[in-house]
Amino acid sequence: MALTDVTHDAQDFVPPAEVAEEELYHPKTWLGKYVFSQDAKIIALQYSITAMGVGLLALVLSVLMRVQLAWPGAVSFITPDAYIQFVTMHGMIMVIYLLTALFLGGFGNYLIPLMVGARDMVFPYVNMISYWIYLLAVLVLLASFFTPGGPTGSGWTLYPPQAILPGTPGSGWGITLMCISLGIFVVGFTMGGLNYVVTVLQARARGMTLMRMPLTVWAIFTATILALLAFPALLVSAIMMSLDNLLGTSYFMPAIISLGQQLDHSGGSPVLFQHLFWFFGHPEVYIVALPAFGIVSELLSVHARKNIFGYRLMVWAIVVIGGLSFVVWAHHMYVSGMNPYFGFFFATTTLIIAVPTAIKVYNWVLTLWRGNIRLTVPMLFAIGFVFTFINGGLTGIFLGNVIVDVPLSDTYFVVAHFHMVMAVSPILAVFGAVYHWYPKITGRMLNDGMGKFHFWVTFVGLYCIYYPMHYLGIMGVPRRYFANEGSNGLPDWIPESAQMVNVGITIAAICVASTQLVFLYNLYHSATRGKPSGGNPWGATTLEWQTSDTPPTHGNFGKELPSVYRWAYDYSVPGAEEDFIPQNVPASKKTGQAT
Amino acid sequence: MVLVIVLIVLIVGSVLFHFLSPWYLTPIASNWGMIDDTLTITFIVCGFVFVAINSFMVYAIYKYRYRKDRRAEYEPENKKLEWWLTAFTTVGVIAMLAPGLFVWAKYVEVPEDAMLVEAIGQQWNWTYRYPGADGVLGTVDTRNINGTNPFGLDLDDPNGQDDILVSGPEVHLPIGGPVKMLLRSKDVLHDFYVPQIRAKMDLVPGMITYFWFTPTKNGEYDVLCAELCGSGHYNMRSRMVVEDENDFQAWLQTQPTFAQMLAGAGSTSGGSLIEQGEQLARNQGCIACHSLDGSAGVGPTWKGLVGKNEILVDGSSVLVDDDYLKESIVNPNAKLVKGYAPIMPPAQLTEDQLDALMAYLKSASG
Repeated sequence: MALTDVTHDAQDFVPPAEVAEEELYHPKTWLGKYVFSQDAKIIALQYSITAMGVGLLALVLSVLMRVQLAWPGAVSFITPDAYIQFVTMHGMIMVIYLLTALFLGGFGNYLIPLMVGARDMVFPYVNMISYWIYLLAVLVLLASFFTPGGPTGSGWTLYPPQAILPGTPGSGWGITLMCISLGIFVVGFTMGGLNYVVTVLQARARGMTLMRMPLTVWAIFTATILALLAFPALLVSAIMMSLDNLLGTSYFMPAIISLGQQLDHSGGSPVLFQHLFWFFGHPEVYIVALPAFGIVSELLSVHARKNIFGYRLMVWAIVVIGGLSFVVWAHHMYVSGMNPYFGFFFATTTLIIAVPTAIKVYNWVLTLWRGNIRLTVPMLFAIGFVFTFINGGLTGIFLGNVIVDVPLSDTYFVVAHFHMVMAVSPILAVFGAVYHWYPKITGRMLNDGMGKFHFWVTFVGLYCIYYPMHYLGIMGVPRRYFANEGSNGLPDWIPESAQMVNVGITIAAICVASTQLVFLYNLYHSATRGKPSGGNPWGATTLEWQTSDTPPTHGNFGKELPSVYRWAYDYSVPGAEEDFIPQNVPASKKTGQAT
Repeated sequence: MVLVIVLIVLIVGSVLFHFLSPWYLTPIASNWGMIDDTLTITFIVCGFVFVAINSFMVYAIYKYRYRKDRRAEYEPENKKLEWWLTAFTTVGVIAMLAPGLFVWAKYVEVPEDAMLVEAIGQQWNWTYRYPGADGVLGTVDTRNINGTNPFGLDLDDPNGQDDILVSGPEVHLPIGGPVKMLLRSKDVLHDFYVPQIRAKMDLVPGMITYFWFTPTKNGEYDVLCAELCGSGHYNMRSRMVVEDENDFQAWLQTQPTFAQMLAGAGSTSGGSLIEQGEQLARNQGCIACHSLDGSAGVGPTWKGLVGKNEILVDGSSVLVDDDYLKESIVNPNAKLVKGYAPIMPPAQLTEDQLDALMAYLKSASG
């Protein structure tokens, strides 16, 4: 059977393994088991905890920004410089050090081996190193808070020349450490990323054809390939900018007179940096979005007790979106001063992406149609994802269509759009995923009441933060402003009422941010006192729910690796006893009990 | 069924918010009404899709809510439906993209009779240049920029001699004719941004960028910087004045040419010493960083500054008197106040100008 055959019809026979299994290295010490662990599941937790820790810091920074915007000058330590430093660090931490690390390092590590039926990642030692290098990158980044001048305040896009010139805070130590940290991150990620890709390609269980893989694996796999191809562009731009900064080269630096001083640079191009940055930056959007797509597909299917609708098209949509994401980067640069004729090409490619993306949305919604929908906490978050993603996806069409982007670029419309599409919706997917897989990780359920409270405040609160923000942007309020009313007064077209919107948004933001404490407490509390979950509390078909132990032990599947006889979405199969049939159940057995 | 109700409230609320919101596009003051039309088309298509898909989802959640005795339908694919949806989406996308590209084609084609105006950005203020009687802008180079030649014109280029240089906080434009804004930056990225004209473009050091528009409404408009340019970004401000041709020409006559500037004619108008100082403070961009009302800024506020004791970075303290102020204007980093970055450019001022600025500063100090 070819790997690409899709068969919704289950089989009774899979060919025997051609290569004998290799014994894993089992650690002998506590340190080897829990700290310098080579077990992908422990590494996943290390990644997740580190990412969430640094993400909490970025969350606090965002609240501080919101406080300044609602009540300008109320907090004395938020100076204009501190404000743009918060903007920068919030953005960079959330995008790279939280979301990328959490989706790929966290969920990728935990789910890939379990879902494809492997004992572990194929290179466990490299996998371990990957985490420690990531941790080093985080520490270097955090160190920039304690340097003279503080962290860089050049915006998360780090545009030169301002990133390395004295008119921007953190133009000395701050930007240097940022570039070093990003470099380290890329090195660490590459080690992990190669692992994820090779594991998917080489370590799948017998019978697990590519077209039987759960969409979560497809999505993380594709996102990892994007990251492996995109991060080098970030790495070289960080290196080139550091050379400009430290050795006086002129890759990105033309002749400049900075604050009255003639600089020695000449001939470089600031726009070149933007091309390199966005060649990384746009795929990065999908590095974050695709895993969320995959996870949500999983959650909707499991909790609606229905197969994912249009599996084949869903897979192709992921692959096509991934491919197209490399030819749309300059839609971030419509007003950058690049040749305006590029606008025709990039607007067209960008709007083409809307088609496979829309297909994904249709298929999620059609998965619910004629399902038997259980509104569990993971399902609530998944539906919240679809709702906010539709909103954020549609505003992307405004910004992708070059001429419509012109009045909206660099306003709060952009802030609202990208938060809705790559902050709100992915983080809702993350929460859904945590509520969904927590029982597998700990053997206990998260508390339902706290979970529902967490969902309602987070979902409604986030929508109330970002929906009105679009309209500030349509009116023209520029982003990255310490205050609308500076020493030159309030621009006369901004009505006083705009401040009301800012206050409302900030109040919602404070509610949402503080509710995350409930989530953290739930994680802590339920780990020891949650209701025991058993091995497969949701009645799911994929392999991670069919392990012999919960939580799974080192090696994942006990004595014998599972064989896969069917696709990942056999829910409510007519004639079957239960409303789900696990992937490792042969065709002749139509029972919901794992073998 | 809380979820169903909340989702309905969010859908209806979003639509109502759109129609009732007092926060929407500023009244347009340029020829780019077509940009607004494209935006409206996009709103209609996207609004329809937003309501349609979400309503369908809400209906599905309600209708197929969990019941013990029910089983979901088993339907892996439906090729026909999937093709229809793909085709429908493609049509919707074309309906938005086609008008968008049509308008963009106009945006990139500058009318040949467009008047040239150059906007020059630097941290954190704006200056402007008009081509003068010959209609040609003289060549410029960042390397030429110094205290006596702040615009960096080439001294040997005859085309530059009659260029009209505007150091003031205002750029004037005649109503009704197309304007090609040429954009040049001395230091970092900036963006010439007037919401009412819809069009905007970044300023990039090392290259000249441009965009065009036709002002269609007389009035004064705030010019903002829309591309993060460092500490004073949010205060980088100017005014665009659109007026009748005669008023415009009259204003233009009062501005010095490059030749006049080299000959020593300052751009300060008459008025009292304090008024001259105030104009200088605006032209030089001082108040982008130094607030007048005591609020926090990139640099120390001027309110209550005179006579104050300031702590310096080395821990010593200094009394803010005339000598200290003069030194700090001409050589800002000599005695830097604690808590502030050494980012103020040394001001290039004549003795008279310095006196005027000092007079204004003292009056602002109160």
